[in-house]
Amino acid sequence: MIDSQATESLAEASQRSASHASLSKRMLTNPTGLVAIVLLALVVLSAVFAPLLTSHDPNTASLHDVLDPISGAHPLGADSSGRDELARLLFGSRFSLAGAALALAISAVIGVTGGLIAGYYGKWFDSLSQWLTGLLMALPGIVVLLAASSVLGPSMWMSMAIFGVIMSPAFFRLVYASVTAVRSELYVDAARVSGLGDSRIIARHILTVVRAPAIIQGAMVMGIAIAIQAGLEFLGLGDMTIPTWGSMLNDGFVSMYRAPLLLLWPSAMIGITCVCLTLFANAMRDELERSSTKPSRRRRRAASRAAAFEHEPVERHDDDERSREITGEELLRVTDLAVGYDKPDGSVSTVVSDVSLTVQRGEVHGLVGESGSGKTQTAWSILRLLPDGGRVTNGSIVFEGEDLAGVSEKAMQRIRGKKIAYIPQEPMSNLDASFTIGSQLVEPMRVSLGLSKKEATERALALLARVGIPEPKRTFAAYPHEVSGGMAQRVLIAGAVSCDPDLLIADEPTTALDVTVQAEVLDLLRGLQAEMNMGMILVTHNFGVVADICDRVSVMRNGRIVETGPVRAIFRQPRHEYTKALLGAILDEGPARGPLASGVTSQTTDAAAASPAAGNVSEGALK
Amino acid sequence: MIKFIVRRLISGAVLLFLISTISYVLLYLGGGDIARRILGQTATAQTVADKAHVLGLDRPLFVQYSDWLSHALSGNLGESWFTGQPVTIAITSRVAVTLSLVLGATLLTAVISIALGVWAAVRRGWVDRVVQFISVLGFAVPGFLIALGLVIVFALNLRWFKPTGYVNLTDSFPGWLATVTLPVIALAVGGIAGVAQQVRGSVIDALRQDYVRTLRSRGLSQNRVVFKHVLRNAGGPALAVLSLQFVGLLGGAVIVEQIFAIPGLGQVAVTATSQGDIPLVMGLVLATAIIVVIVNLVIDLLQGWLNPKVRLS
Repeated sequence: MIDSQATESLAEASQRSASHASLSKRMLTNPTGLVAIVLLALVVLSAVFAPLLTSHDPNTASLHDVLDPISGAHPLGADSSGRDELARLLFGSRFSLAGAALALAISAVIGVTGGLIAGYYGKWFDSLSQWLTGLLMALPGIVVLLAASSVLGPSMWMSMAIFGVIMSPAFFRLVYASVTAVRSELYVDAARVSGLGDSRIIARHILTVVRAPAIIQGAMVMGIAIAIQAGLEFLGLGDMTIPTWGSMLNDGFVSMYRAPLLLLWPSAMIGITCVCLTLFANAMRDELERSSTKPSRRRRRAASRAAAFEHEPVERHDDDERSREITGEELLRVTDLAVGYDKPDGSVSTVVSDVSLTVQRGEVHGLVGESGSGKTQTAWSILRLLPDGGRVTNGSIVFEGEDLAGVSEKAMQRIRGKKIAYIPQEPMSNLDASFTIGSQLVEPMRVSLGLSKKEATERALALLARVGIPEPKRTFAAYPHEVSGGMAQRVLIAGAVSCDPDLLIADEPTTALDVTVQAEVLDLLRGLQAEMNMGMILVTHNFGVVADICDRVSVMRNGRIVETGPVRAIFRQPRHEYTKALLGAILDEGPARGPLASGVTSQTTDAAAASPAAGNVSEGALK
Repeated sequence: MIKFIVRRLISGAVLLFLISTISYVLLYLGGGDIARRILGQTATAQTVADKAHVLGLDRPLFVQYSDWLSHALSGNLGESWFTGQPVTIAITSRVAVTLSLVLGATLLTAVISIALGVWAAVRRGWVDRVVQFISVLGFAVPGFLIALGLVIVFALNLRWFKPTGYVNLTDSFPGWLATVTLPVIALAVGGIAGVAQQVRGSVIDALRQDYVRTLRSRGLSQNRVVFKHVLRNAGGPALAVLSLQFVGLLGGAVIVEQIFAIPGLGQVAVTATSQGDIPLVMGLVLATAIIVVIVNLVIDLLQGWLNPKVRLS
């Protein structure tokens, strides 16, 4: 387990290696870190200055003092041989810590060297050391130590040395992972090109990255070594001639009924040391993680700053004849919507504000803007599926007469899927890789529509056929990684319409797809939308897609809508500078998309649908 | 699937072969004058030589090893040098006791750590902080200290359980339960801490996956998605940690059995080690390795069941 944890923090550490100098300072300001460091320092100091702290010899037995209680002569009492408990505890620290340090040193030297060689030079040494680490981890350490001590006899130093070898994979894996990660980095190539020798590259680029995680790992290994050593001695397999915490435990266990305190002192010492080592490691990992999450916080602050742009009036175009033709009932009316994320300091960073829009049955409303403009946040807030910490902070989302901003989660579950459905952007990551495509289609239908397994399966197969999947049965039984991205997106579309929704929210449904597939998928969406007479919100950054499929469009920037109106009006007379810029970008240099499939459904032959290709959208095509 | 199992079995057999070879060579080379150690300092050179001959120790190491190996393959691991009892019997009579402890602890670890990990990951906030804190403590405090603490509090002071002893599962289930409760808890605490952390981490990761939002957008409840989809996806890493913990538990059992005076493999191990009873030590190493190989195979199969991608590769 320590492996995986340290490797995680390694990944974080490798993101930046410059702030190491301040890490030690931050460790001293971290309360947990400080407590751990102070207590560990006390343990070490008590070991170093043991002769000054007690006048007793830890090994001098005295028949008079056997199991003496706490007294002036024996501040912590005397053990079953009449030896002074305090002296044994203090001198025991020396041996216990030195033994654990030996294990640490050996495992670090073997692990770091092996990891560097295997990771940097690879080849046979790589596979050999992978094998050896696997072998070392196949047996419990204590069983190996027991076997070793059966032939070597009880020697604390020897068993700690062997334990160092057993623990070396902890460092090996850490260094190996970082070396293989760093080796392929461009700056290492650059360093090599500029003539730096391997040793310089290793010292400068690799060891600096590994240093902090290695210290974390070291604290863990040290703690485990102390525990194992004490365990062996507790079993009576240690060297009884030197005072150690473990041998004191052994002695205390024997006289547990007569002098229970004798068990307490070494237990407390072992417990405090091990807990402090772990706390130290944890505090250091926290500090590493904190420093690596800073950039993202800065990004979020930038977003909230952007959202705080001065309020400018929305450019509103009046309905033209064509948009008036859509006279379906109003499905959705979003008014003054604001979305915010709670920050750790209690304040809220606003990413969407003052967003108002409507969608009628049978209407496609495009939400356009560049990434970060808040269009996806708006879409998620309608579904009430904002990521952790996000919530609707203002406004209303009235869907079929009910304000979704205020309904319970239970009510929302009945609306999702059945009333409002969602098509995501990235097809592969939106399917659960552990379940077959079929089961992911069937499950929601059974829950939302209450269908039997057989009915749901039949419906799923029919849907797969409808969205243009050539062999529905095979795809039904397949796992997501067995189908292409385009097929996966069709599956997601099938899933979205499976419960017969009134409103479809499609979040960049074609962005992640190949250009040729994009046109087909868009075509499919338009066909389904018209066939089922759904309202639809289409989030996109591509005005070409808007021209293809939308009736109405809202342009978003910095979390606000800057211009809204019927699609033709906006194409003809964009008023806002930003809209003009977006449109200009498409007309000038947007990638040309191939012509749409010829079978454009006849019901939707409005001007936009008939436009030959999104990239070639021109005023003419829309007239 | 069958190919997968066969390949894992072969690699397990290779691992066993390597472990047995390495330990045999190290134990017998490192053992020095074994016959002398058995007979003690007072024995004459002639008796020592005779003893070495009887035990076959005067032959070249390679011959000794191939002899041991061919016997081992037919299930004969030799006899204890000190009691004369066949090693196979000494081990098989004890292995069930240790396994019942270790499997019990593994089960307890799995159940509690999944509950704690999921709870912490889904609720976050103070629940998360408490679980994290307990995990750190449970991980840091050595298992035998926890065992000692449990004995003192629950057996000696509260007298809820007997401090020592063992009742066979086949003899009396309540009796078995009463004797293994404390040892199993002592064994499980460290594992729970580690696995709960891993479960928490991977559930948090899995909850951030896109498919969670998509599944919920189809009307599935958060709980349903967590327990069916998230847990299955988070299960892989958690199982990997659990299998590492299992290896640790086998080691921990040695000490815990000693504290609770439970007649398992651990007790044999301690006696055999302090006497230098090499055939028995060898048998114990092998038994441990076999258990580890089998458990890893089971874990790999579970991984394949959880994650279809593993099944293919």
